[in-house]
Amino acid sequence: MTLDTSPRLADPDGIFTALARAYRQLDESQARTFDARLILLLANHVGDEAVLREAIAIAGEGLVPRDQIGDLDAVP
Amino acid sequence: MAGDQMAGEQDDGHAARPLRRPVVVVGGGPTGLSLAIDLALHGVPVVLLDDDDTVSPGSRAVCYAKRTLEVWDRLGVGEAVVAQGVGWQRGRVHHGDRLVSEFDLRPEPGHQMPAFTNLQQYLLEETLIARAQALAGVDLRWRHRLIGMMAEADHVALRVDTPDGPYDMECAWLVAADGARSLVRRLLALEFIGQTVRDRFLICDVATEADFPKLRQFWFDPPFHRERSVLMHRQPGNMWRIDLQLGWYADTAAETSPARVAMRLRRILGEGVAFSVESAEIYTFQCRRLERFLHGRVLFAGDAAHQVSPFGARGANSGVQDADNLAWKLRLVLAGLAPVALLESYNCERLAAADENLREAARAAGFIAPRTPMARALRDAALHLAGRFSFARTLINSGRLSAPTVYVESPLNTPDATADGFAGGVPPGAPCVDAPLGQQGEADWLLRHLGFRFTALVFAGDPPSPGQMAQLAGLPVPVHTVIIRAAGSPDEADGGFTDTEGRACDRYDARPGTTYLVRPDQHVAARWRRFDPAAITVALARAIALPAAA
Ligand SMILES: Cc1cc2nc3c(=O)[nH]c(=O)nc-3n(C[C@H](O)[C@H](O)[C@H](O)COP(=O)(O)OP(=O)(O)OC[C@H]3O[C@@H](n4cnc5c(N)ncnc54)[C@H](O)[C@@H]3O)c2cc1C
Repeated sequence: MTLDTSPRLADPDGIFTALARAYRQLDESQARTFDARLILLLANHVGDEAVLREAIAIAGEGLVPRDQIGDLDAVP
Repeated sequence: MAGDQMAGEQDDGHAARPLRRPVVVVGGGPTGLSLAIDLALHGVPVVLLDDDDTVSPGSRAVCYAKRTLEVWDRLGVGEAVVAQGVGWQRGRVHHGDRLVSEFDLRPEPGHQMPAFTNLQQYLLEETLIARAQALAGVDLRWRHRLIGMMAEADHVALRVDTPDGPYDMECAWLVAADGARSLVRRLLALEFIGQTVRDRFLICDVATEADFPKLRQFWFDPPFHRERSVLMHRQPGNMWRIDLQLGWYADTAAETSPARVAMRLRRILGEGVAFSVESAEIYTFQCRRLERFLHGRVLFAGDAAHQVSPFGARGANSGVQDADNLAWKLRLVLAGLAPVALLESYNCERLAAADENLREAARAAGFIAPRTPMARALRDAALHLAGRFSFARTLINSGRLSAPTVYVESPLNTPDATADGFAGGVPPGAPCVDAPLGQQGEADWLLRHLGFRFTALVFAGDPPSPGQMAQLAGLPVPVHTVIIRAAGSPDEADGGFTDTEGRACDRYDARPGTTYLVRPDQHVAARWRRFDPAAITVALARAIALPAAA
């Protein structure tokens, strides 16, 4: 399977707003905690390792040095 | 050279020229001792040098895994180690003051060895030494320090220092099991690639009469040691191993002051619990390995070849498994029955194992000591969610405990034929799994009948004929046949076994006729749905690295 990047949300504005609103009351460290919980819940729901690795790589584009993208779990 | 092999310690240094030994092992730790015993049991005389005459000092290894215990059982010390140790199989992980997960490493019965046995390293070494000393083939030399070596094309020249002065010796093969600071590695100027884990741990052995549960307990951020982790293990004799994470910037001198150690332990054990501290030392851990484990006539094993942090108990366990992999190969090469290429498979198989151990150690270190604020947040999220959701419990990594490596990529394996349709069982490259058996009404264990030689493990069906078995037994590298009959079938006087509980059939995905070719280290070389001596002969050639027939 590959990462499905076609539009899949019936109500994109609603989900975007729900995500943004969830952070309203949160300070930076709470936001980080929230991010982390959400990521793990969604990652488990997706389940497919190849899909997740692809998403990690795309999310890191322009942020993570290119040569490290494929190397996220290398032996030290 | 037969005469040289019979020569003892007193002869070295008195001969006109240095005596040539088949194998010299440097280092009498768990790796070197296990290897020396294994070689001697294979009929290879071995000189074992150790610069000390004491066993491992202070607090080191405690936990020995089932596979390692099975190797030691093959070497004749498995039961002695288990009898002295504390067996365990369950663990608990806590976050703050909550229990977040529990695991059982051996949920299923029908194995001779426990999932884990805890035993102080010095007691383990004493047991191995006693075994080695009982074998004529092991020439154990305490306070013999290797001080120099010269690797030649067909041998290695050694200089050994002793309290009575130095002497020279030669060997066809040198095994460097001389630990993390390996002199052999330094003399060959080999790079040790990897990194230091940027963390410090206070490792204590504590005696107390207080009763804590007989399991592995791990705490993330407990009330008694905020922001860091604590690991607690039972040892024999009311001893407890307690590891406290201190962080990279800990003040080593202050942290080892007896008052401070006692203060930290009192918080863990509880006010009013009497205890005495047997040892308390600060450690940092390395995760690194050599690029290759075979350099000409020098082989590296154990900590000399690779080092990992101890969460997961992969150090001594992997060293013993190196020895298990190497002994039979050295024996066949020395006997001229296999090409030197067989030793290259030691490099390939055990490098794969070292990489697996390093990867597991790195992953555990990343969970126990997250390196970035977001990694910490992910870690804490997993611990938080683990209270409610089982998926999150699987993310908790307090050290994945030592498990044997399956040599998936090994050139010695004969891959399964698709038509044979194996679903599970023990694939080529994996170590055989134990199972209870019976013979003439006596209870027995499968692994006791595998090892030291190649074995055709046949689940009968139509059992092989005596002629076929004799044919396999008559090969230059003989293959011994072990027959297993389904539960309920009558005992026959052919030396076969009964699968009394049906577990052997289950564990090997066996049908009548299923045949496994098992290596002398109990790893699977090949398997088929029927017993076919011709196929076994071809797979055997591959498993001893003979060039494929043209
Ligand atoms: C705190 C701690 C906890 C650990 N817990 C575990 C655990 O629970 N389970 C586990 O499996 N592992 C554990 N380990 C790792 C384990 O202790 C090592 O991996 C293991 O001792 C390695 O065995 P070895 O035989 O390869 O090397 P060593 O035990 O280091 O033995 C090397 C030997 O070589 C000798 N030697 C060195 N140089 C020379 C020379 N020039 N000439 C002659 N002799 C020489 C030394 O005296 C020594 O006896 C732990 C380690 C530490 C520090």
